[in-house]
Amino acid sequence: MIEVQHLTKRYGPTTAVDDVSFTVEKGEVLGFLGPNGAGKTTTMRVLTGYMPPTEGRAVVAGFDISDEPIEAKRRIGYLPETPPLYPEMTVRDYLLFVSRIKGVPRASRAARVNEVMERTRVADVATRHCGKLSKGYRQRVGLAQAVLHNPDVLILDEPTAGLDPKQIIETRQLIKEFGGDHTIILSTHILPEVSQTCHRVVIINKGRVVAVDTPDNLTARVRGSETMYVQVEAPAPADVQTALAAVSGVTHVSLAETRGPIAGYEVNSEAGRDVRRELASAVVVKGWGLLELRPLRMSLEEIFLHLTTEEVAHE
Amino acid sequence: MSNMLAIAQKELKGYFASPIAYIVIGFSAILFGWFFINLLYYFDRMAMQAGGGFGGPQSVNVNESLIAPLFLNVSVILLFTLPLVTMRTYSEEKRSGTIELLLTSPLTDLQIVMGKFLGGLVLYAAMLAVTVVHMAFLFAFGNPEWRPVVTGYLGLLLMGSCFLSLGLFISSLTRNQIVAGMITFAVFLLFWVVNWISTFTGPTTQAVLNYLSITEHLNDFTRGVVDTKHLVYYVSFIAFSLFLTVRSVDSERWRG
Ligand SMILES: Nc1ncnc2c1ncn2[C@@H]1O[C@H](COP(=O)(O)OP(=O)(O)OP(=O)(O)O)[C@@H](O)[C@H]1O
Ligand SMILES: [Mg+2]
Repeated sequence: MIEVQHLTKRYGPTTAVDDVSFTVEKGEVLGFLGPNGAGKTTTMRVLTGYMPPTEGRAVVAGFDISDEPIEAKRRIGYLPETPPLYPEMTVRDYLLFVSRIKGVPRASRAARVNEVMERTRVADVATRHCGKLSKGYRQRVGLAQAVLHNPDVLILDEPTAGLDPKQIIETRQLIKEFGGDHTIILSTHILPEVSQTCHRVVIINKGRVVAVDTPDNLTARVRGSETMYVQVEAPAPADVQTALAAVSGVTHVSLAETRGPIAGYEVNSEAGRDVRRELASAVVVKGWGLLELRPLRMSLEEIFLHLTTEEVAHE
Repeated sequence: MSNMLAIAQKELKGYFASPIAYIVIGFSAILFGWFFINLLYYFDRMAMQAGGGFGGPQSVNVNESLIAPLFLNVSVILLFTLPLVTMRTYSEEKRSGTIELLLTSPLTDLQIVMGKFLGGLVLYAAMLAVTVVHMAFLFAFGNPEWRPVVTGYLGLLLMGSCFLSLGLFISSLTRNQIVAGMITFAVFLLFWVVNWISTFTGPTTQAVLNYLSITEHLNDFTRGVVDTKHLVYYVSFIAFSLFLTVRSVDSERWRG
């Protein structure tokens, strides 16, 4: 549905996007993840035909965005970083105007606008001026504007930025609903959002793609070794540390926390080797109390930091 | 076509939702009224001296002595009001980010530019419509020829279109509407005064300067003459400015 090949965009001397390639299948929700200035907005602006690429090409819904921009744009809904609202228009008038320039047939415009207002929950502000809306409502009117002409492809630049937690959940729900029959690219800084709404993630840093994968695979891929968290009640933590380190397969043991006689340890072991039974018996044999034993997973935050700081070695 | 009209309607609604439309129409109505009354007194005195009285058979020609100078004075009004009409057309869209909506919608750059131009033109036409009341007064109490009045309005529409298209282009160059307005005013002023020094220069320079002056081309229209020479000047001026605007929007895309 979306095919990006060797896309490069330079602003004078700055290279904002550097040789980016990826594809998005029909019905897929792709997350675009990256720190500030990574080039997310720039990529989206090229995909939506707002600006031409310096090099490379993008095909959206079967149409090359540079060669057949009008046909491609008919099939794209775009929510820019700042929702493009006219302050002096009421929400309904604004959506009617947008539906007109997006090519919604005259006869179905009013009904379509009402339907979308219901769906994006902005119907209660239909007669309010866009300039007087709160940030959350602006964002939702922006979303309404993007889906009006029922586009094949939705491109959303930080759709949940500035929303309160309840609205964030509602918006994610909405994105999931649209995801059924639309192809979606969304950018975000918020990592849980990616695991909750996206099928696949593109991690981009300084204009380059550093990883493309499912959220689960990313987690697995970065985890080079297994880590266990073990909590033990014993008179001397040092003894416990020595005992745990003696278990075969364990590579490293560190003391994570202590509370009186209770202490927590992080135990690293060789990748793919399950040492839980051995750890448990090592503690029990000594007569100490085993309070907790669980695997530690690397969170998306850590993966993100891992991938976007110098260690690009995984590529 | 439908896309162009959509943009034009949006522009017009924008003018009337802000004070701009009211300021522009009000200001021009007041100034026009002021010119009208002054010229009317002046004309009346001349007519008395000629002995014919108002509208009498021997009287001074009302078209030549009243209506033509009145039309020429309108260019002063345009100098001040039209920058207000065009200054925000592109600047404001760029500043607020709504340009992203327009440029990612299935519209061509030309449709957007033409839509904006048309929106401004309709507002300008509304501005001129107010002055028709004064003309109606002359027709009610005197017997002017209608032909110079019609061609005069045609000339004013063309001259205003030149200013509008030029202002549109200047607005597309900056995201600050105040800067756009001030540059537009300065450039209009330049086109307005460009032939003032023509009397001190040689005949060739004089011809060139007169040709460049937007207002110089209005003279014949106010006398009831539609000369192709002037039509060509106005129409090519408008076309060229609109072309420059389309180019400017396009090159802005490349620069981002
Ligand atoms: N119009 C522009 N002119 C010059 N440089 C620009 C322009 N827009 C963006 N840049 C630069 O391009 C790079 C990428 O910017 P971009 O806005 O695409 O990042 P982003 O990933 O969207 O960041 P954020 O998370 O802050 O929104 C940045 O270094 C930025 O300074
Ligand atoms: Mg951005």
